[in-house]
Amino acid sequence: MKWEVVIGLEVHVQLSTVSKIFSGSSTAFGAEPNTQASVVELAFPGVLPVLNKAAVNKAIRLGLALNAHINRKNVFARKNYFYPDLPKGYQISQMDLPIVGPGTLTIQVGEEEKVIRVTRAHLEEDAGKSLHEDFHGATGIDLNRAGTPLLEVVSEPDMRSAEEAVAYARGLHTLVTWLGICDGNMQEGSFRVDANVSVRPFGQAEFGTRCEIKNLNSFRFLEAAINYEVERQIELIEDGGRVVQETRLYDPDRGETRSMRSKEDAHDYRYFPDPDLLPVVIPESEIEAVKADMPELPAAMKARFIADYGVSAYDGNLLTASRDIAGYFETLAKVSGQGKLAANWVNGELAAALNRDGLGIAQSPISAERLGGLIARIVDNTISSKIAKEVFEAMWQGSDSADAIIDAKGLRQITDSSAIEAIVDEVLAANQKSVEEFRAGKEKALNALVGQVMKASKGKANPAQAQDILKKKLGA
Amino acid sequence: MSLTHQDVARIAKLARIAVTHDEIESVGAQLNTIFGLIEKMQAVNTDGIEPMAHPQEVSLRLRDDVVTEVNQREAFQAVAPQVEGGLFLVPKVIE
Repeated sequence: MKWEVVIGLEVHVQLSTVSKIFSGSSTAFGAEPNTQASVVELAFPGVLPVLNKAAVNKAIRLGLALNAHINRKNVFARKNYFYPDLPKGYQISQMDLPIVGPGTLTIQVGEEEKVIRVTRAHLEEDAGKSLHEDFHGATGIDLNRAGTPLLEVVSEPDMRSAEEAVAYARGLHTLVTWLGICDGNMQEGSFRVDANVSVRPFGQAEFGTRCEIKNLNSFRFLEAAINYEVERQIELIEDGGRVVQETRLYDPDRGETRSMRSKEDAHDYRYFPDPDLLPVVIPESEIEAVKADMPELPAAMKARFIADYGVSAYDGNLLTASRDIAGYFETLAKVSGQGKLAANWVNGELAAALNRDGLGIAQSPISAERLGGLIARIVDNTISSKIAKEVFEAMWQGSDSADAIIDAKGLRQITDSSAIEAIVDEVLAANQKSVEEFRAGKEKALNALVGQVMKASKGKANPAQAQDILKKKLGA
Repeated sequence: MSLTHQDVARIAKLARIAVTHDEIESVGAQLNTIFGLIEKMQAVNTDGIEPMAHPQEVSLRLRDDVVTEVNQREAFQAVAPQVEGGLFLVPKVIE
């Protein structure tokens, strides 16, 4: 049987405020345990939550970027459950009236674009951390993270493969960092993904029973966990079993998901409006102010890069993965006047070198202006693309300009036809076999001869010129 | 609507309130009285009326995003039953 995979994602985005959502405690990561937990997070009797203006503002920013409806009136509710990482006995969240209503996010998978519907995004408080090891049978509680503002972004079950789910998660990650509402640090838990996965026979209208895989903190784990879970569900059904709706955890060491033992009644949260918090009313003026302050968004910039610089949709997507990359590309495209070539270098050689050395583009040892100097020499035929890679490496290691390196290493392309002719003569004399093959009608032999000329010139001969001269000498 | 003993036991469990077997009958009766009142309210025609999240027609005041709290861990942990290395210790919980 052919199976269709259905995936919806819930993403917890930690908003990059300096203080917590309902108190003036710091949200800085990595502090000594419980040094950033006030009476509000500790749930002392009589304390009241006071909502952080910046958290609301950041939620509106994402809402607008997703073309979503912003609920002018939204309401906080209590989600009741007992767990020591939230001492109140409930999490303040939003249920019936979340701040952000339905919207969309367009993702790029290969050369294809697909629109994923976003159901909602609601504000809530993060929980503390439980440490289960090394406390002689007890659990250690650190409440520093409790009360950190979260925006939970819920998608519709619109994704049909792990690849699409990763593209959506990456797209959302790009957007929240682009908007400056989240630091995007997945290792530190600033962007956590839960995946709802089910399978159904192709053509069936109803969804299959889903499992939720919790707390995936890297795109690689997200992909691996979904692929494992899909296999597991299909095998289970094909062996005559059935999928049980449950929460599962991904174990990266074993590469598998496994059931979280969850207690009976665990999901009876008994939501009700939080009497400690009045409805949040967002004035039009606030929304207009956020709109006025919005940067050009990745989707708009991608469309502009395609239209203005002639890059492909695929490249456009890579070039708008972050504001730093987009800014670098645009500077390079402008100084070089070569959009496509600039895109190839940013997504090719530069991305590979940055990746190799574990650097972000903002830390690139080669600035966009300096790389522009290299592209100019490719365009004016001073060097070939192959030699350009050698120059790039030298630029990476030092601070010299492309021109200085080309001169110092004598890499200037040979365009003097008499010099190339001399090399061609040598090559023809030394490669009689290829010459005969070519004369016998084997076109490919010409490529071999061009290759020999390039080799003899140490890559410096202009390949197009070399080919012309060869053809002429061979009487072709 | 009338609550069964099972319903009462479940509600008590969710609320982490210890209700003994003997108390279930009387607690159930009290809850049923409350539900009776709720049923009366639900019978009222509320078509076209916007649900209220709060009894007063006022909206939430927001605070600026600034850190105003200082570290008071020592004071808070002085009243905690058990602490270690800055952590509060609680009976082992594993989900």
